[in-house]
Amino acid sequence: MTSTLIFLLGLTCIFLLLIGLGIFWAIKSGQFEDMEGPSQRILMDDDDPLLPRRRVETDALKKAP
Amino acid sequence: MSDAACFHCGEPIPRGVDFFIRIESTPRALCCRGCQAVAQAIVDNGLADYYKNRTQLPQRGHELLPAELEQLRLYDHPQIQKSFVLESGAHLKQAVLILEGITCAACVWLNERHLLQLPGVKSVQVNYGSHRARVSWDEREINLSRILAEIQLLGYQAHPYNAQSAAALREKRHKKDLRRLAIAGISAAQVMMFAVALYAGAWYGMEAGTAGLLRWASLTLTLPVMFYAAQPFYSAAGSALRSRHLNMDVPVVIALVSAFVGSVYNTLLGAGHVYFDAISMFTLFLLGTRLLEQNARERSVEAAENLLKLAPAMATRVSDAGQQCVPVLELIPGDRLLVKPGEAFPADGTVESGASAVDEALLTGESRPVAKLVGSGVIAGSINLDSPLTMIVTGIGEHTVLASIVRMLDHALAEKPRLAQLADRVSGYFTWALLGVTLLVGLAWWAVEADRAFEIVLALLVVTCPCALSLAAPAALAAAGSHLLRRGVLITRGHALETLAQVTRVVFDKTGTLTVGKPVLQATQALAELDAARCLQLAASLEQASEHPLAQPFLACVKPTELLPVSDARNELGRGVSGDVEGRRYYIGRTELAGHVTQSSTDSGMTQVWLADESRLLARFELADALRNDAKALVDMLKARGMKLSILSGDDPATVRHIGDQLGIDDCRGGLKPADKLAALQAMQAAGEVVMMLGDGVNDAPVLAAAQVSLAMGGGTQVARATSDIVLLSERLPEVGHALNVSRLAMSIMRQNFAWAIAYNLIAVPVAALGLVSPWLAAIGMSASSLIVVVNALRLR
Repeated sequence: MTSTLIFLLGLTCIFLLLIGLGIFWAIKSGQFEDMEGPSQRILMDDDDPLLPRRRVETDALKKAP
Repeated sequence: MSDAACFHCGEPIPRGVDFFIRIESTPRALCCRGCQAVAQAIVDNGLADYYKNRTQLPQRGHELLPAELEQLRLYDHPQIQKSFVLESGAHLKQAVLILEGITCAACVWLNERHLLQLPGVKSVQVNYGSHRARVSWDEREINLSRILAEIQLLGYQAHPYNAQSAAALREKRHKKDLRRLAIAGISAAQVMMFAVALYAGAWYGMEAGTAGLLRWASLTLTLPVMFYAAQPFYSAAGSALRSRHLNMDVPVVIALVSAFVGSVYNTLLGAGHVYFDAISMFTLFLLGTRLLEQNARERSVEAAENLLKLAPAMATRVSDAGQQCVPVLELIPGDRLLVKPGEAFPADGTVESGASAVDEALLTGESRPVAKLVGSGVIAGSINLDSPLTMIVTGIGEHTVLASIVRMLDHALAEKPRLAQLADRVSGYFTWALLGVTLLVGLAWWAVEADRAFEIVLALLVVTCPCALSLAAPAALAAAGSHLLRRGVLITRGHALETLAQVTRVVFDKTGTLTVGKPVLQATQALAELDAARCLQLAASLEQASEHPLAQPFLACVKPTELLPVSDARNELGRGVSGDVEGRRYYIGRTELAGHVTQSSTDSGMTQVWLADESRLLARFELADALRNDAKALVDMLKARGMKLSILSGDDPATVRHIGDQLGIDDCRGGLKPADKLAALQAMQAAGEVVMMLGDGVNDAPVLAAAQVSLAMGGGTQVARATSDIVLLSERLPEVGHALNVSRLAMSIMRQNFAWAIAYNLIAVPVAALGLVSPWLAAIGMSASSLIVVVNALRLR
């Protein structure tokens, strides 16, 4: 029982360390600087040509000339 | 190499020595480590221009004592000071410094007080919001390096302010805060899990060994919180104690440390309660609220800082040698610059050639482009829209309109209104009282139930919240100020919002505030057989030769193609113009025209101009200064709000009466000298009225200063000279009504915040003292209390 607990606690500490490193990396790379921009950016249609329906159109355009 | 000279100090570089510094990508040889450190400091602070402009070599780097003090001494150099120091009088200098390490109101107080004790320091105002200190000193008694050194002795870092380094510092601190918050968050989540297990174990029974293991695990995870995340509280409490001034960080630190020590003791003993969960949560919530509060404050400071960023760093200088791209720092008044469409103006100046439309929206809030012709003034930071302009520089750097707006804004943020000062004092007493009460409650519980005394003292220290009290006013003021600035209303004094909310009478200082300031043709009356249109055509043709202000409205009414050629035009000063049109002689002027007697009726408030030929009067024109389009809207808005309105003007009484009638203002007094205006104003104030005065801010400084709150129209370049409490950058009158609304809202939000903070503490303290609140619940309560205050203030934005 106790040895299982020690193992689990050790595992917890490793996970926490990984989480901490992940967050520190995110902070360092500036992901928390702009809290509003990314939520707006998702609405931009810059992936438009990748949508299947559009793809047909773009391909058609490419073939045209 | 032995005869090469050190780039910094000019001394020969000894053989075999290899010190370099890169300045604008050119490596420079230096003689020693000392010089390298100094040069690095200069370059890192963006002051590399020093090397271009210096006229004397400095002392060799290592000859001065500690390296830090030596870096500071550089700031005494006049060349370096040029970029951030303002001469505010004979021997009197003023500079804005950024202070690193400001965490609370006590830091502000400590710095202010310490610096003021130095001989020669005339005034110090530290802005809590922007962490900027405005210091003015007498250069005969003290120099800047001493001031900076004193600040460092206090444990803060001071740098001369320039907008970019402020932004970089802020970003650095923001990231550090986020890391602290993350540590506290991770640890709080996990320690809470262990705490649940421990509570459950205490209830259902748990092996002593298992419980001990969980305690040790909690202790381990709390270590980073205590020694990393909670650091800001220790340094803030430390500086508060050093200044013999209590702030809320002191009880926070007492609570954290005693909870930690007590829990560690129980862990070692293997028995009793541990509070690691409360420590982590308390730290997490406190850090979270502070981060939110800081973001709110910084966003309002950003509004001002963004203004400074408007001015570009490079400019195109036009000289005989052709066009040349130069840094803005090198510009001097009198330089000729080319500004292409789409570019921002790098300096204040006047247009020398070209015509274009300019976007001044970020300065004035006015979204329509403003037309600029030869001779028009342009403001640094505004954007040229249509076509290239050549301008002559008149003001650079600290002397631009942009810089003076930012200076005024800074000044206003540094000044605390009465209510905020009161709150600061009260929260100081509050902390004392809290510590006293805690001691008493602790002793009482010790006598009654010694087991619970520790837990209750802990809860009491955590649950009280003087920070809601000290945040209540500044949060609301900052939010209101930044909201108004975006609408083109600049608050330049701290008390302005508070007073604005109490105004009962609005006085228009002169008709120019309500009118456009340019006469416009109101009516044409033909007196002979010639029709009105023909008379107007004749009048405009004659007025081509005149430079009188009254000539403009005529020319504005007639198309340039319809103007008739005039020969033998004569401009008789004070009389008018005469000339031959199509073979006949015509006269235009105000009185005594070609021998005709004109009976002018002045009761209409109009200016009259007559047209005549050799034999008779042909027409009468009535001219008047046109009302601003939005003047009526403002007057209606103010009346609806129950304000009393007056016009006190130096203009002709009939003109004033006429304008008053158009707008529906009853109390119109004209023909007043400044002394009369002052007397009238004082009479109103003696009757118990709170007077707001609207003027142009430049010519009527004494009258504006006498009103409780003054508002100046600050279009264009006048803003730098305006002396009022509020400047209407946009020149849109209805914004005055809006500002009144916002000021009232801000006051009511401030009152709500105070009421909440006081009520919360009045309830929380007795409840905690009775032992009804556990430490973790106390942590949630106090954080929620400050959060509510900040969020409430943000409604103003």
